[in-house]
Amino acid sequence: MFENVWLIPLFPLIGFLINGFFGKKIKNEAVIGGIGTLMIFLSFLVSCGVLMQLIGLPAEQRVFEKVVFPWIHCGNFKADMAFLIDPLSAVMIMVVTGVGSLIHLYSIGYMHGEEGFYRFFAYLNLFCMSMLLLVLGSNMLVMFIGWEGVGLCSYLLIGYYFEKKSAGDAAKKAFVMNRVGDFGFLIGLFTLYWWFGSNHNIWTINFVEIKAASHLLPYGGVVTIATLCFFLGATGKSAQLPLYTWLPDAMEGPTPVSALIHAATMVTAGVYMIGRMSFVFIKSPETMMVVAVVGACTAIFAATIGTAQNDIKRVLAYSTVSQLGFMFLAMGVGAFGAGIFHLMTHAFFKACLFLGSGSVIHAMHHALHHGHLHDDAQDMRNMGGLKKYMPITFLTFLVSTIAIAGIPGFSGFFSKDEILWQAFANPYHGGLNIVLWGIGCIAAMFTAFYMFRLVFMTFFGECRINPKVKDHLHESPLVITIPLMVLGFLAVVGGYIGMPKLMGMLPNYFEHWLDPVFELANEYGKEYAHVGHHTHALEWGLMGLSVVIAVIGITIAFTMYMANNKLPEKFTSTFPALHRAVYNKWYMDELYDFLFVNPCKGFGNLLWKGFDVVVVDGIVNGVGKIFMGLSAGIRGLQTGYTHNYALGMTLGAVVIVALYIFR
Amino acid sequence: MGYDMTGFPFLTILIFLPLATGLCLLPVWNCRPDLWRPVALAGAIAELGVACLCWPAAAAPAKGAPAGFFLFEDYPWIAEFGIRYTLGMDGLSLLLVILTAFVTLIAMLASWRPVIDRVPLHYLLILAMESGIMGVFLSLDLFLFYLFWELMLIPMFFLIGIWGHGRRIYSAIKFFLFTLAGSLLMLLAIITLYLIHGSQTGVYTFSLYGLIGTVVPHSTALWLYGAFLLAFAIKFPLFPLHTWLPDAHTDAPTAGSVILAGLLLKTGAYGLVRFGYPLFPAAAATLSPLLMVMAVTGILYASWIAFAQSDMKRLVAYSSVGHMGFVALGIAAWTPVALSGAILQMVNHGITTSAMFAMIGMLDERTGTREIDAYGNVWGKAPRLSFFFLFFAMASAGLPGLNNFVGEFLILTGSFKVSHLAVALAGIGVILPLVYTVRLIQELLFQEERRPLIIPDLTVTECGMVVVMACLDLYIGLHPGPLLDMLHSPVAILTGGAG
Repeated sequence: MFENVWLIPLFPLIGFLINGFFGKKIKNEAVIGGIGTLMIFLSFLVSCGVLMQLIGLPAEQRVFEKVVFPWIHCGNFKADMAFLIDPLSAVMIMVVTGVGSLIHLYSIGYMHGEEGFYRFFAYLNLFCMSMLLLVLGSNMLVMFIGWEGVGLCSYLLIGYYFEKKSAGDAAKKAFVMNRVGDFGFLIGLFTLYWWFGSNHNIWTINFVEIKAASHLLPYGGVVTIATLCFFLGATGKSAQLPLYTWLPDAMEGPTPVSALIHAATMVTAGVYMIGRMSFVFIKSPETMMVVAVVGACTAIFAATIGTAQNDIKRVLAYSTVSQLGFMFLAMGVGAFGAGIFHLMTHAFFKACLFLGSGSVIHAMHHALHHGHLHDDAQDMRNMGGLKKYMPITFLTFLVSTIAIAGIPGFSGFFSKDEILWQAFANPYHGGLNIVLWGIGCIAAMFTAFYMFRLVFMTFFGECRINPKVKDHLHESPLVITIPLMVLGFLAVVGGYIGMPKLMGMLPNYFEHWLDPVFELANEYGKEYAHVGHHTHALEWGLMGLSVVIAVIGITIAFTMYMANNKLPEKFTSTFPALHRAVYNKWYMDELYDFLFVNPCKGFGNLLWKGFDVVVVDGIVNGVGKIFMGLSAGIRGLQTGYTHNYALGMTLGAVVIVALYIFR
Repeated sequence: MGYDMTGFPFLTILIFLPLATGLCLLPVWNCRPDLWRPVALAGAIAELGVACLCWPAAAAPAKGAPAGFFLFEDYPWIAEFGIRYTLGMDGLSLLLVILTAFVTLIAMLASWRPVIDRVPLHYLLILAMESGIMGVFLSLDLFLFYLFWELMLIPMFFLIGIWGHGRRIYSAIKFFLFTLAGSLLMLLAIITLYLIHGSQTGVYTFSLYGLIGTVVPHSTALWLYGAFLLAFAIKFPLFPLHTWLPDAHTDAPTAGSVILAGLLLKTGAYGLVRFGYPLFPAAAATLSPLLMVMAVTGILYASWIAFAQSDMKRLVAYSSVGHMGFVALGIAAWTPVALSGAILQMVNHGITTSAMFAMIGMLDERTGTREIDAYGNVWGKAPRLSFFFLFFAMASAGLPGLNNFVGEFLILTGSFKVSHLAVALAGIGVILPLVYTVRLIQELLFQEERRPLIIPDLTVTECGMVVVMACLDLYIGLHPGPLLDMLHSPVAILTGGAG
């Protein structure tokens, strides 16, 4: 299977080509959707084969590089189109193709009847291909193809309803903000490449070769600069502070896109990249601290905004930003395995939540459409009591909500608790660790709060939809609910492969699996920080605490949105300024417009109209006028015909040439 | 390869075939309008064929030629002044010659329908220009080079002046004066160098490889190189000598824009690489920080201004200034990787930007306007056209996997060791093109239509043309190996580096 790894990105590419070029002629939705889904499912099968083969090997042999064809060879620079298979990329391809297949299947139902059905599936396949290149690339440049490719696909898919201006603006914002991050990626790449080359004559951007030579890297210094640049790339792609504002806007895209790209896969690319280069990142304590602090701050910052949004998808979007913050927190405290673990469980439950919200929106839209109403189908204030009408959606949604809230026994608990524990226990940041842990805990409480607020507002209480159309509310078709059920199931059991050792029931398979990838990073880490000893009692205690925190969050949500409906209003009227600030997302968009967007536009105009036309061109035209003035004296020659001017000039040139040569 | 090419005058044919084709139009000028286009097209296709035939010749060096050249022709011409008819082709010339033949063909196809006025003259001028450009890329005698350098200007002047739009006379004259000013100074420098060399050695020659190595006092060399640099920088065009370009592009007909962006701009970069640096290595090294500053300023400045444009052609014209800034950066760094990247980027920019101008020409021809604000929802009306527009726009914005990325990446990689700061600033120049490109495609292809324009989709010919260009973009983006191999030996010889 290893030799055939190139099939994994190839299948979606074929799907893209078929649907992209012939989709319009095929017309039949079942065929188009079928091709799209089949292609990514084939990739999933190949990925399973790769995984099986990898499992069959002893742990230390689980690295394989497949060069598909030589790409850029120039002087001492060399980058091949090559794929890397190791436990980390195996996890990623399984998540991408597995969750991807389910979302493709779901889309057949969700996008039914849309005008650009074929276009949607073509883009979705193209996205999968780019994402697979990103996670499989064995050097930074192949990763970068994927890295930019997913940005392009995300742009096209957010702007899927391209006649809508808001969708177009959101798409543009996403693409540009991503590109800002990509600038960091490139500079980081140059820095590492140049440092290895000029100091050790190792000219490489290949991950395996860099890993082998990573012992040469100093602690801090140039590594800090390079990793901070890479981290800038990660913040753009993974929507972290300060480059996160594009993700909530990206909800303009169709819901399956939000599930696949803006929850399960693309936005986790930054986390994956840090994992891929853990042995470089850990060599800079400063960067590690920045990563952890940015992660923790994003986690709490986005969580606060999530508490006040009324659009069901926006709540989930801020939740995604916040959960990604948790993953970065994990990476920053050196809990690489836990970060990737959370990436996986999050892919399950967040995809399920997004698809569930899509199912709700689908039903709402359908019902409102029937009554010719123009109420917002995504506004939770128009929902309520939906559990009666949509039992499967409700159940899977509830399960995933419990998982994200961190209730024991569900996948999110295992991964989030592992992150919080390591944030507390890992020694890299000294006294800061406990602060990071504290912020994480508060963010976890907010998470439980806003997620249950969402569930209560959507599925419980009285039905606030216009009574006229109530009867038209019904559960979505099987093609939509089957993916929900599978993902819901995974949201429950997905965590058991990574149960903490502490619980003693199962070994932590997941951590063992990733050990060969992160071993080296952990070793480097020990150079500057010594792992202290913590008692089991402490670990149990903190685990209990995080459960208590989650329960507190849920209780507050219950009190405010179930037991006493007047409380939220009372809260808003007591603290109007605070509510306004949170509701308006702390005015971050306005701040960015003020700081960057408007000055950029203005400056462009100023440069053009002010400098280019007036100053530079003014000088030129001035010179021209002098010539014109001179020529006015010999007006007889000025006939107004272009050829005569040209003739004059040519003759002049010839005369000057002649003068020089024959003097 | 299997056939012997020594002695066969490939290079002379390359230069004079287009002109000869153009002269073939004369007998049918007034009587056979049906033959004008086929004859011209046949000439352009034959030229491309000859250019491609030169590729296998790269396997063996030519006898008696300077290192790296595999085709070489050398005859005395005006013996009294040491002027020779010396032509040579190495990997660098080969790529640009093929590009020239290709882009000229595209320009002809692009003007297939829009040009209805004075058709034979139009094609004659295009063919004459092709001859001139070929001459520039193949001459190894400075006098001959200068001759071709001036020769290629005149047809462009008429193309803009006769078939242009808007303030076409103003733009044509501006273009002509700008470039003429620079090249006259260059001529002065050439003659001075000729005299210095002659007085030192007693051998009066214009031959490039005779003049290389002339001992010139550093201060004089700076002046001479400065004159060369000025001429080439205007052609490039580098900030702040670029203002002729947006005007010329905006007012030029499609074929003019395609050739201007695809080929004429490359002659400046080529001149710098072929003549400027080898003739005055020390002066070039001294002034390379200046070149780097001009390059980086140009990248940022032009990209920023592109953002504020409302005319599509003007936007792409400013983007050209930015992209050529990358080429200048690669040349200024003068490392093997950066220089290879710069030359590759010349080819890439030639293909991608020609495609952009050709597509804008198609839109202009359909609707009669190039104002971005007039469009909207082109995707809904002409999906194939929109797809390719998006494709080339993305290539131009440097999307990895497509050609421009390879060039830009190599330039940045190779320049990084020379100047971190320049690369970091130029790196910002990687973001900016995306900003204005996305704005362009957003307002053009997407959103609601703003004016009820009727836009038929691509015709079969147009489709064939853009598919070929798109395939080239993709091919160079994914498999630049053959081109980079072709550049390996000339770049190694030019930079004196091994790797």
